Amino acid sequence: MFKKLSMAAFAVALSATSSLAATEVTWWHAMGGELGKKLEEVAQKFNESQSDYKVVPVYKGSYPETLTAAIAAFRANQQPAIVQVFEVGTGTMMAAKGAVYPVYKLMADQGESFDPKSFLAPVTGYYSDTEGNILSLPFNSSTPIMYYNKDVFKKAGLDPEVAPKTWKEVEEFSKKIVSSGAAKCGFTSAWITWIQTENLSALHDKPFGTLENGFGGFDTKFEFNGPLQVKHWANLKKWQDEGLFKYGGPVGGDQAATMFYSQECAITMNSSAGRAGVINNAKDFTPGFAPLPYYEDEISEPKNSIIGGATLWVLNGKDDATYKGVSKFFAYLSKPEVQADWHQATGYLPITNAAYELGRSQGYYEKNPGSDVSIKQIMRGTPTPNSKGVRFGNFAQVRTVVDEEFQALLAGKKDAKQALDSAVKRGDELLREFQAAN
Amino acid sequence: MDTKRTTFQNRWLPYVLLAPQLAITLIFFIWPAGQAVKSSFEREDPFGFSTVFVGFTHYARLMQDPAYLDSFIRTAVFAVAVTVVSMALGLLFAVAVDRLMWSARLYTTLLVWPYAVAPVVAGVLWFFLFNSTTGIIPYYLSFFGVRWDHTLNGMHAMILIIIAAAWKQISYNFLFFLAGLQSVPNTLMEAAAIDGSGPVKRFFDISLPLLSPTTFFLFIVNVNYTMFDTFSIIDATTEGGPAQSTNILVYKVYQDGYLGLNLGSSSAQSVLLMLIVIVLTVVQFRFVERRVQY
Amino acid sequence: MVENRPFLTFLTHLFLICGFVVVALPVYVAIIASTHDAQTLMSSAVPLLPGSHFLENYTQIFTNVSAANGLPSYPLMAANSLIMAVVITVGKIVISILSAFAIVYFRFPFRLLAFWIIFITLMLPVEVRIMPTYKIVADLGMLNSWAGLVIPLVASATATFLFRQFFMTVPEEMMEAARVDGAGPMKFFRDILLPLSRTNIAALCVILFIYGWVQYLWPMLVTTDPSYYTLMMGMKRMVAVQDGEIRWNLVMAASVLAMLPPIVIVIFMQRLFIRGLTETEK
Repeated sequence: MFKKLSMAAFAVALSATSSLAATEVTWWHAMGGELGKKLEEVAQKFNESQSDYKVVPVYKGSYPETLTAAIAAFRANQQPAIVQVFEVGTGTMMAAKGAVYPVYKLMADQGESFDPKSFLAPVTGYYSDTEGNILSLPFNSSTPIMYYNKDVFKKAGLDPEVAPKTWKEVEEFSKKIVSSGAAKCGFTSAWITWIQTENLSALHDKPFGTLENGFGGFDTKFEFNGPLQVKHWANLKKWQDEGLFKYGGPVGGDQAATMFYSQECAITMNSSAGRAGVINNAKDFTPGFAPLPYYEDEISEPKNSIIGGATLWVLNGKDDATYKGVSKFFAYLSKPEVQADWHQATGYLPITNAAYELGRSQGYYEKNPGSDVSIKQIMRGTPTPNSKGVRFGNFAQVRTVVDEEFQALLAGKKDAKQALDSAVKRGDELLREFQAAN
Repeated sequence: MDTKRTTFQNRWLPYVLLAPQLAITLIFFIWPAGQAVKSSFEREDPFGFSTVFVGFTHYARLMQDPAYLDSFIRTAVFAVAVTVVSMALGLLFAVAVDRLMWSARLYTTLLVWPYAVAPVVAGVLWFFLFNSTTGIIPYYLSFFGVRWDHTLNGMHAMILIIIAAAWKQISYNFLFFLAGLQSVPNTLMEAAAIDGSGPVKRFFDISLPLLSPTTFFLFIVNVNYTMFDTFSIIDATTEGGPAQSTNILVYKVYQDGYLGLNLGSSSAQSVLLMLIVIVLTVVQFRFVERRVQY
Repeated sequence: MVENRPFLTFLTHLFLICGFVVVALPVYVAIIASTHDAQTLMSSAVPLLPGSHFLENYTQIFTNVSAANGLPSYPLMAANSLIMAVVITVGKIVISILSAFAIVYFRFPFRLLAFWIIFITLMLPVEVRIMPTYKIVADLGMLNSWAGLVIPLVASATATFLFRQFFMTVPEEMMEAARVDGAGPMKFFRDILLPLSRTNIAALCVILFIYGWVQYLWPMLVTTDPSYYTLMMGMKRMVAVQDGEIRWNLVMAASVLAMLPPIVIVIFMQRLFIRGLTETEK
């Protein structure tokens, strides 16, 4: 009786919200706060622009919660049409061939024009298969950049408009900052995994794993314990001991942000999407923005950085009308005005060249200095297999392993080579498990 | 496990009384639990397309993983510490409040407040309090020469999660201890006082034994809490780190199952965890319940 | 309290005040933090004194909650949270007290098995059950319904166990007296056992209300219809930002607001389980 009543109530509610039998397209996402507000706006504007389809965004929690919800729903045949999945879940989604409706195929089947070349190659490259077919639509992508404290630079006798370009300069600048007392530590970093290991490898055109960083198949093996990565991790340890570097914490490294805002550390490295937050929270100082540093003795022209963030995946099992709606919505999302608006409001990267051009012609990047650091960094050079991105199964757990080994390194329990070797070994086990399960 | 000496004679009434709870339990607990046990013997992709029976592979792998075996010890340390701290403090507060008459209500409200803090929020609060840059506790600790950093120091991290986990439970234990103490009849206490026992003696001779059913209940519930419900606190504070020093069994289940979507392994871990707690509980019932005075 | 010992009373108060300060410290910090702006919280040691943004933060909470965010109105979310908490509390207490009564006061085949089946529910971590439980709820057509939200949460063993413990302490004479009077089991239950269980029921009301009130994960999984949003879900959503800055001051303000109703319940229940100046004879 309870069930009948609630089913009836639900049906009434549902019919009240759908207007003139517009086909509903459910979209599960993980954007809360201001970003969620903007996302709702985007969906609403699409709904208002036509009357055949209605995109219904549903907030399902954090990224892992949303993914779990989508999987649970799929297993119970209750899945949404679109789900936003973070980059770490790419391996899982790609392996789930029966569950996923690749975007390129969807657009082709529905007759919507979809030109992969109009997208920023490094952004879509992450989400394409080895033939260049785009599997999921990039929606909110970011890349790590360097933020620095101009006021502390000045106090330390450094030029506030000049950010360190190489790791050697980072070391020099940090030494000056600490010894002059301008700040307690030189630099810190969020995301040791994403920034200091994955992006490190990409920038220097070194492989993170075999088979094109995992794009080529499930029988890939990790290779991030090469000489470059060992050197860098050893440096980080050395710099920590010398008081130049401070650890920001595992995963996203939340402590890094507080250390930067409190002016304890003069430099931090974090996602470009945090730019708005940095500007807001840097109460007493002027923040500067710069590309990530590199080792000039390892590479003279660093490659593009790789992206993080999330994309929109389409799930199987819905009817044709729904998929038509999805394709229309995706076409709408890829329009330059929509992209430019989203990118400028949120700080995420624009995904099409046209959107970037639009922003340029609007003078947005001049009015907001530093907002194109991320775009320029991601577009420099030609992407190589090592800088396209990473695609590994069980990647969330692999990152946990990398974090743990780094913590062991900082605590002095292992040296850099041991830590990275151990991370590779444990990571490979996880890869084999993923391979066996799929 | 006993019943009363005298019982009612109805044949069908007990079944009727039990039916609602049993029905819900069977449908919404036992059946999913069975699924979980089943998937601990399988290797499955997250979406459920391919399910391969692998027997005891997951279990074997767990037993051979030194990190997993280490987490047994960590979990034991954590469980004991949290249970002892939260029960002792809960009891002390309850005894204290029980002595008072007028201010009892005020103190009770104040002391139960921590329990009302949603787990979603509690972890964040501890992050703020212990943050090595902006937290006030590291600030005061630095006066004692202690450089607090739970992102690098395993011992600090363990202390942090013990405090964070015990904190909420203190309120819970306090509430039930108080309820238990309040139902000790005044006449008993008065008689003892007339006989000349002081408050301390009265506590040990009367209150404590009469509290023993409550104590037993709280003991089991607390152990359960530490073993199962603490993953969100750990997730919000140390995330199992640094270097796994706070990676207790239930957090591993959460990491592997929820974050890693490795259903087979996390099911196996849950089954093992469940077996451990069942054994613990049976032991508690057999050996500890003897000393409970009903 | 039997005799008057002023020194001991003084010590008691002192201990309680200290205890309270320590235990309430995080809550105090939350309240303070909710009166500052986000920058202060991120950039310096969390202050110990209130700031000046109290009104601004709290009005932001109320205005942020709007259809523009896809969130239903604050009153609706509060009502949902309230319904969940109350239904779960009442449901759990009713079911558990009946089960405990059956297990303690009757002898019947499978009695022990029934107890352990109920009891074992305490011992399986929720993350592992959550997907299979979701599937069952979906298969029964209970998604996006009050039934699906509440029923799976209602059969926990804690309350049953508590009542069992309590019933075991009730003197045999009570029951024998009832039988002598010719009273059947349900009459005994209603007239004698229930009143005696008052203090435990009151304590459970507090605990279970809070339990139902703070539910986040299960409602999030089981509903997609925003009209089922609870306060916890709304709060988390307003505040959780994956890649950007989290406005801690708003998080704290929302948490403080969410803490208030449980406090009201605690105060309300005080009447029932703090022994008054009159006796409660057994």
